[in-house]
Amino acid sequence: MNASVKAISYYLPENYITNKDLCSIFPDMEEADIFKKTGVKKRHITTEGVVGSDLAFFAAEKLFQEHTIDRTTIDFLIFCTEGLDYKGPATACTLQHRLSLPIHCGAIDLPLGCTGFTYCLSVAKALIESKQASNVLVLTSDIPSTVIHPDDADLRIIFGDAGAATLVTASEEGTTNVGNFSFGTDGSGAENLIVRRSGTRNAANADWFKEHEAVGGMKYGRMEMNALEIFTFALRVVPPMIEDILKKNNLEKNDIDLFVFHQANGFLLSVLRRKLKIEEEKFFTFMEEVGNTVSATIPIALYEAIKIGKAKKGDKILLAAFGIGYSWSGTVVTL
Amino acid sequence: MDIKEFILKIEEEFTDLKPGELKPESKFREVFEWNSMNALILIALVSTEYDVTLNAEDLIKSIHVNDIYIIIESRINK
Repeated sequence: MNASVKAISYYLPENYITNKDLCSIFPDMEEADIFKKTGVKKRHITTEGVVGSDLAFFAAEKLFQEHTIDRTTIDFLIFCTEGLDYKGPATACTLQHRLSLPIHCGAIDLPLGCTGFTYCLSVAKALIESKQASNVLVLTSDIPSTVIHPDDADLRIIFGDAGAATLVTASEEGTTNVGNFSFGTDGSGAENLIVRRSGTRNAANADWFKEHEAVGGMKYGRMEMNALEIFTFALRVVPPMIEDILKKNNLEKNDIDLFVFHQANGFLLSVLRRKLKIEEEKFFTFMEEVGNTVSATIPIALYEAIKIGKAKKGDKILLAAFGIGYSWSGTVVTL
Repeated sequence: MDIKEFILKIEEEFTDLKPGELKPESKFREVFEWNSMNALILIALVSTEYDVTLNAEDLIKSIHVNDIYIIIESRINK
């Protein structure tokens, strides 16, 4: 029994912010520089009260409609976000109810960030190949805009909000599958990309809210990133990860039809592509219109690659994610 | 590799530099506009050309172009 990626849909909030908008907020910036630095022209931003699980809900409803999927066949739900609704219950449980999924459906949260999608895929594959589930709904949804300080231009130019829904199903076909995974973790880098005051350690207190009163309190915490450290981390770990993914799947680089990486930053992606000597036509990016949407970037890029015929039935697509944690993981998906 | 080759590669990447302007003893923060983006471009260049990943500390302790070259040389193929 193989696990295969059957269908993808995604949802973007209606509001968005362009490079022009950012330049009017930060007069020292230039539109062309923002694009050169990030590869982004536009990022969608959620509105007050619309959280990660809402974007995931809309993405899932879109998935059911767009691909005519019978929701009663879903027997496992994995919800990935760094912005859970509650400390309890699991947000996946509330989504099971909102989406009217069967009550025999398993549901778990998997809060991970940039590598959320690939880790969710690995869990879905494990559930399917061990015959514990047949139709796993993977919802990856993040709202980084809610933890970015309005004055933090370096983060605002990169990140956008989005929700993605992916159906991973059991398949008898020999060709379609989710391949073997390469995983990696180095928690020593945790401080280099972190959402401070967002959980139980050093929880936000009255002083914190007072300090950030003028910008609404930063009530979900505040993201901090050491861009240089994150950049060098990616240059260090991604090339060996790609080698490991290929080795674990008994493939050569030339066997891969398309490379889809976590859409972290356009400049970083172009450097990685050159370092890995991947031809431009085999390296898919989709950042201009959406930015870095954390756990939703890979399914969004995959959806777009399929839509324009860049990724076709039977193609081998190497997925690689890396980021907050530090965490990294990847696999080869055959469509 | 030698430092001449390294300087040529830097000149190719930073097109604002006039050929021959950059010397081993040049203070790189003064020769071209030193900002976070240019730091990333330099790190990227060294990573793709020499497979050596410079870190923040390497840049902080380097003053001259030659200081960076010595770091690369000490780590290359190790």
